[in-house]
Amino acid sequence: MPPITAPEPILEAINLSKRFPGVQALAGVSARFHAGEVVAVMGENGAGKSTLMKALAGVHPPDAGEIRWEGKPVRISRVAQAETLGIAFIHQELNLCENLTVAENVFLGREPCRAGWWLDRQTMRKRAAELLARVGLKVSPEAVVESLSIGQRQMVEIARALAREARLVIMDEPTSSLTASETARLFEVVRDLKSRGLGVVFISHRLAEVMSVADRVVVLKDGRNSGDLSKSEMSPARMVQLMVGRDLDPSRRRPEGVPTGAVRLEAEALRTRAWPEETVSFSVRAGEIVGMAGLVGAGRTELARVVAGVDRALSGTVRVDGVALPPGRVAAAVQAGLALAPEDRKEQGIFLEMPIRENIALPGLGGMQRLGFVRSGDVTALAERMRGLLGIRTSGVGKMAGLLSGGNQQKVVLAKWLALDPRVFVLDEPTRGVDVGAKAEIYRVIEDLAAAGAAVLMISSDLEEVLRLSDRVLVMHEGRLAGEVGRAELSEETVMQLATGTLHV
Amino acid sequence: MKTLLTRHSKTLLIFVLLVALTLVCGWLEPRFLSRDSLGAVLKYAGLFGVIALGVSFVILTGGIDLSIGSWVGLCAVLYPVLLKQGLGVGEAALVIAGLSVLAGLLHGFLVTKLNLQAFLVTLCGLFIYRGLARVAGGGREQILPADQEWLRDALVLGRPLAGLPVPAVFLLMIGLAVLAAVFLNLTVTGRRLLATGRNEQAARFCGIGTVRLRVLSYVICSLLAGLAGVLFLLDGRSALGSSFGNSYELWAIAGAVLGGCSLRGGQCAVAGVVLGSVMVAEVRQAVFFVAGDEWKEFVIGVFILAGVIADEAFTRWMASRRVKS
Repeated sequence: MPPITAPEPILEAINLSKRFPGVQALAGVSARFHAGEVVAVMGENGAGKSTLMKALAGVHPPDAGEIRWEGKPVRISRVAQAETLGIAFIHQELNLCENLTVAENVFLGREPCRAGWWLDRQTMRKRAAELLARVGLKVSPEAVVESLSIGQRQMVEIARALAREARLVIMDEPTSSLTASETARLFEVVRDLKSRGLGVVFISHRLAEVMSVADRVVVLKDGRNSGDLSKSEMSPARMVQLMVGRDLDPSRRRPEGVPTGAVRLEAEALRTRAWPEETVSFSVRAGEIVGMAGLVGAGRTELARVVAGVDRALSGTVRVDGVALPPGRVAAAVQAGLALAPEDRKEQGIFLEMPIRENIALPGLGGMQRLGFVRSGDVTALAERMRGLLGIRTSGVGKMAGLLSGGNQQKVVLAKWLALDPRVFVLDEPTRGVDVGAKAEIYRVIEDLAAAGAAVLMISSDLEEVLRLSDRVLVMHEGRLAGEVGRAELSEETVMQLATGTLHV
Repeated sequence: MKTLLTRHSKTLLIFVLLVALTLVCGWLEPRFLSRDSLGAVLKYAGLFGVIALGVSFVILTGGIDLSIGSWVGLCAVLYPVLLKQGLGVGEAALVIAGLSVLAGLLHGFLVTKLNLQAFLVTLCGLFIYRGLARVAGGGREQILPADQEWLRDALVLGRPLAGLPVPAVFLLMIGLAVLAAVFLNLTVTGRRLLATGRNEQAARFCGIGTVRLRVLSYVICSLLAGLAGVLFLLDGRSALGSSFGNSYELWAIAGAVLGGCSLRGGQCAVAGVVLGSVMVAEVRQAVFFVAGDEWKEFVIGVFILAGVIADEAFTRWMASRRVKS
């Protein structure tokens, strides 16, 4: 059956731009969505997919550009306005009140009333039951949401959208935490919505899913449109090409054949809580920079946390220079010369309300004491040395770390570990939210560290960065290593195909 | 010097407020500034300051201890009971210190290892220790033996600074505050404890044993509450298990909060806690003179509310200045 594509789109985005501190998330994106059409939005991590969806749903109103609803320009600056128009937005991490019943959630904020004041429970239950039948969810309207699976909760969200008479349903990665059968169920409902004339827009990384359910694909790259494929033009290869479609100047890469030494970091059959059925093994040699690519949620951060001893692995061993580390003990990992620069800098990497000098000295404080008292002179000397080494831009190391820019905060995080001369350095998204200048300085530090004989494992969602710095790239896909790409075969396309599960090595 | 001023600007502001409060109280009621009255203010500041210092360690790590008042009551009753059993002063003190360490370890264990809420754990402590205090006292008032007057003089009421109305207990509290400040600011463990309070996750990612440090904060709190129990008894000469120390934890928390501690954790300056405790004692005394003792809870409540609103305004003002610069 060909899609019922009305000539006039119900929702049209024209040249939307949105800037967040330090990053241009959207730079003039346009897209049209029709009634009775299922559109998939695709792109790499950070391409602007979620930002586009949130701009249309009033979560993050755009800075510039125009949104048209049924041909008329509208301003959507709050979620409630989007809902009034008929746009329902389903967040990736669902937005239900877990302690309330299904019926209460479906009608939350729109409760049917009697005499304008009294809650009409009977009508609510009856209408909820009808809506649940429409999405094929076989639970009682009186069931408490807490007791439902993620897939069932998603259906409750869709029922809620139907209750609000939404005409366009936007879903941010609806399948990221669903099982295969739940996903199939979801797409049945999506097809049903479509046949009833609703528009559906969803974000997905899974090419097979998109191929099976979408009528059209909108591909974004670096906050811009990079392609718009109709059903007949869609193919996995074409989609991947549009998502990457950029090649790095080879002269800026690491020189080939950097001499490496013995294995320093060895992970053997690690299993993490995020993907308990998969095991991951890899090793990194002295002097080597190993990139770790993959989509958000592929299990990279969980792996880094287990390697550094922040979390306990379900099973498996981490070795540094051949010596096994006790599981789940950061102090032992630090003692063995392993350092982690975590993904969430502000929450896990830095003390915003402490001076720069204390941030830098903290992990090595035990070595700067006399009879338990901190030798303040040592602390300042160390901080000053690191400030020079990394080019931390500040008027003084006594200033609060929270006053620094993102890039300089990250340099402080690196500095506190460099002070301990780490043998293994695990970096999780080392340049997220960092400006271009600081990026180059951080790259230099990472390369110097490897040249000095450290083993570096760098997790990054920035493919350009992975290509630029890595001697070798490990690609994760849904909790397992989908492949390893050597320096010679390294290309953005290969990495992306492995990360999306379309290529198997 | 300038950075020193900005870093301690909050404590300085509290000091200025304290001076202003003293002058206003003196202006409202000249008797407030008499030697006896000031001596009484400093005595209460000393007694409540000891428990305020203790609870500020717990507050620093984002916790709370509601059991302080009951622990004060239990230890105050236990002390004469233990003496009656034939224990010496040193032995009785050791028993009380040991029990206090155990109580702190228990609170810390329940809060960190079992991940229970500090509010609930210590609320249960509040009831349990109060019950134990009543049982230990046998329903009778426990009296400080007459041969303990020397200790009463030495630790609480004596005025070692010739001519000045400064009771010994205030100096004792200042001594403890100096120790606490040295510990937090100059020692490795203290810096780590402070870091744990500021951002526990980041501290854990640094390899700091945050669980042990949080347990330590509960131990310090209970230990100081145990000491305060004996000091309050020495001051009052007798203790009834069912009421002695009732709601003292709230006065201690009040002192810590007026001294700039945030119940969200991470913010605590020892000097501020000392000033906050003096402020609480002054307000108690001033209300006694001006309006009568029955008004003291009402006034302290309004006073703290004004304090936290001012604190919020001050924090925002500092933040906006930071953005501008």
